Amino acid sequence: MQVAMSVNGEERGAEVEPRLLLVHYLRDVLGLTGTHWGCDTSNCGTCVVLMDGEPVKSCTLLAATAAGHEITTVEGMERDGVLDPVQQGFHEEHGLQCGFCTPGMMLTARALLDRNANPTDHEIRTAISGQICRCTGYATIVRSIRWAAEHANEGARA
Amino acid sequence: MSAVEEQRPIGYGRLKRKEDARFIRGQGTYVDDVQLPGMLHGAILRSPVAHARIASIDTSAALAHPKVHAVITGRDLEAQGLSWMPTLSADVQAVLATDKVRFQGQEVAFVIADDRYSARDALELIDVDYDTLPAVVNARKALDPDAPVIRDDLEGKTDNHIFDWESGDRAATDAVFARADVVVSQEMLYPRVHPAPMETCGAVADYDRVSGKLTLWSTTQAPHAHRTLYALVAGLPEHKIRVISPDIGGGFGNKVGIYPGYVCAVVGSIVTGKPIKWVEDRSENLMATSFARDYVMRGSIAATSEGRILGVQVDVIADHGAFNTTAQPTRYPAGFFHVFTGSYDLEAAHCSVRGVYTNKAPGGVAYACSFRITEAVYLVERMVDMLARELDADPAELRLRNFIRPEQFPYACRTGWVYDSGDYERTMRKALAIAGYDELRREQVERRARGELMGIGVGFFTEAVGAGPRRHMDILGLGMADGAELRVHPTGKAQLGISVQTQGQGHETTFAQIVAEELGIPPEDIEVVHGDTDNTPFGLGTYGSRSTPVSGAATAVVARKVREKARIVAGAMLEVAPEDLAWERGRWFVRGDPEQGATIQEIAMAAHGSLELPEGVEGGLDSETVYNPPNLTFPFGAYLCVVDVDPGTAAVRVRRFVAVDDCGTRINPIIIEGQVHGGLTDGVGMALMELIAFDEDGNCLGGSLMDYLIPTALEVPDWETDFTVTPSPHHPIGAKGIGESATVGSPPTIVNAVVDALAPYGVRHMDMPCTPSRVWEAMQGNAKPPQ
Repeated sequence: MQVAMSVNGEERGAEVEPRLLLVHYLRDVLGLTGTHWGCDTSNCGTCVVLMDGEPVKSCTLLAATAAGHEITTVEGMERDGVLDPVQQGFHEEHGLQCGFCTPGMMLTARALLDRNANPTDHEIRTAISGQICRCTGYATIVRSIRWAAEHANEGARA
Repeated sequence: MSAVEEQRPIGYGRLKRKEDARFIRGQGTYVDDVQLPGMLHGAILRSPVAHARIASIDTSAALAHPKVHAVITGRDLEAQGLSWMPTLSADVQAVLATDKVRFQGQEVAFVIADDRYSARDALELIDVDYDTLPAVVNARKALDPDAPVIRDDLEGKTDNHIFDWESGDRAATDAVFARADVVVSQEMLYPRVHPAPMETCGAVADYDRVSGKLTLWSTTQAPHAHRTLYALVAGLPEHKIRVISPDIGGGFGNKVGIYPGYVCAVVGSIVTGKPIKWVEDRSENLMATSFARDYVMRGSIAATSEGRILGVQVDVIADHGAFNTTAQPTRYPAGFFHVFTGSYDLEAAHCSVRGVYTNKAPGGVAYACSFRITEAVYLVERMVDMLARELDADPAELRLRNFIRPEQFPYACRTGWVYDSGDYERTMRKALAIAGYDELRREQVERRARGELMGIGVGFFTEAVGAGPRRHMDILGLGMADGAELRVHPTGKAQLGISVQTQGQGHETTFAQIVAEELGIPPEDIEVVHGDTDNTPFGLGTYGSRSTPVSGAATAVVARKVREKARIVAGAMLEVAPEDLAWERGRWFVRGDPEQGATIQEIAMAAHGSLELPEGVEGGLDSETVYNPPNLTFPFGAYLCVVDVDPGTAAVRVRRFVAVDDCGTRINPIIIEGQVHGGLTDGVGMALMELIAFDEDGNCLGGSLMDYLIPTALEVPDWETDFTVTPSPHHPIGAKGIGESATVGSPPTIVNAVVDALAPYGVRHMDMPCTPSRVWEAMQGNAKPPQ
């Protein structure tokens, strides 16, 4: 079947199997490998992307379901060579180690800050609690998102 | 250090990571990101049962699938002598089963298809007829006379025994136990858990039929060791194998071994002439590739009535699963478990370890365990806490009374290790002060009076990392040394090649800082190359916290070689004898005339230029080295945990965790703190949540992340970390390694806290994981092992 959706502000369409998962559409069809896959059960959140600004797990969403929606992946966070403050925050506060959960974590953080510009640490922890990081122990991720909240209008190049 | 250097240090310091730039943009390259023209996809058919004879395998329907290119079974591999492969522990493991399946999830057939979905579809079309056999699940019963024999493939094998190993002095230990005032004994299980890195294991194999060269992208922590093993396993010439370990999404020991899937991808590429990608799914990861722990330990501790610890004794039943594939130095079948005397100055100690086969997945040494030091530290720290309870002594005071004292280092412990350096009391007192220990104990009294369950856990650990001296330590005959190669280009920029492989530890930053510290070349001018056997020197790889102790040493040594070459060139440039030059960071200058000098960058250009060099001196500054560690390094730390247990639900909440680590010289504190945070989170997982359990038929009950629970941001506190610095005297830069300290030290600390919280219920011990239901059972007086 034919699917088409906006991915990082660009219209992207392709002929796909109806059963194709969004994560594989993004990774294998469009070549956007920044979105990762880590479990089969919606538990790990390495596959999180934004659909119409809300975090979704692309491993449990069909590409067909996403048709007609606006998808944002990690590749869409940097604008005109300027990093999203969330990206910068993860660098400043050592919010990543292996980098595998990082795209999903950053996108969830972006969605959180878009609706709550100044979240408490508990609100940050709750927001990312559907995602697993095996490396950082989360404290630096919380600090990274706090950094982004405190530097909302700044962008830079890591 | 100036404020500017604090932000952008030349050498050691809080340098933000170089590798972040690609990861925060989603531009990392993990194995599953590798796409090659014409690439096909592999999938593995796995056994649904734990123990069965294979009566027949029918692949005809799968082969008829229009998108399937090949189906490989054990019989096909047998024809090429590849159905079994040697393990890292001198056993053999089935690549694809021929005679029997021996654990649920074992590899039975490999399908190659156009895409990953079709490959999975075709698995459904393979018909395997299994004659089910009784399964051995409980390691305690593996040697019962009527237990089914799992490894009847081994000639003459009539039981499930693998090895017996012991360390220490049994007679001397019996003697101190005979005269002790107090003896405390406890059987405890360190349950089976799994490293579960966020990226599962996988490979892309690309065999070029014309050149005969195999390029293998794979999730490996040890690319060079893998290259050699592929040469030995598959018979490919080693110079025709290139292993590339690109960005790795976490390893924790899960990516040390060679798994059947990798071998199948290689065989598949040779058979089809096309690149083959194989990536396991999460259930395959949890069920088949490398569990950790699974030690049944019966420990005893002996002491005087004044609280002087005299000895420790432990007998272990080690569950190694269906094949003995543990990755550890050859001479140590129980890894480094025999550091179980911990941080204490004892009179005698003895351990015995009996390895057995069961119908469970193979593995055992993984999940940041430092070759079984997790189990050792858990044992001794629980025993010391139980002794404190028996003596009605404070657990912190009891530890302080029995620590090895600073003047005793280097300290030869009762099982043969020589601890390099330590000041345990200083570190312990720092942790107690940060936690406000006395105040916490007062608070606990008040809360208990109100019926609240607050627990305070104290723990101390000594690690033994940086394996290791090659006269004692090898893996399959490969000495555990690591190489480093440093090239300094004419413009003074440098490239460092190392044999170890990061899985998130930030090697590109830390190793650049070591070179920068030694040579004064800024870290941003140093490219660290790793994870590609064609472009880096040989070495054994990253596990057991060995990167900084071994490769970090190699890096410092090779940088010093460059510095000495630079001295000769500088002498020629400045027309003085090299002996008349002195070094300040980044520059050789004339003694007594500091204005006269040359920077390392000027020297690099001159070394490649037309300058006349002294006779016998080659141009350039490039150098290489192989570092063979003279001893292990012994990091240590004092941990303190505060938990609250809900008396109504038995849920455990970690309220505070204080970690004071001593890893010797600190290269990048940001990265060190990150390593500690991650390990502490592992500790919360193991102590409270994580378990790979089995039912009596050998069905794995932890085969997905819905069943195998890993901490999220809501289960862990904001970590309180601090440090002391006791450099290693034998290491070139005094660094000891930090990667696994917190994973080793935190589980007993948390369990000590939970048991302390449950003291009003009379609980002396409970096994991990301390889940609400298991804590509830313990509160009812029914504490029992989870499997």
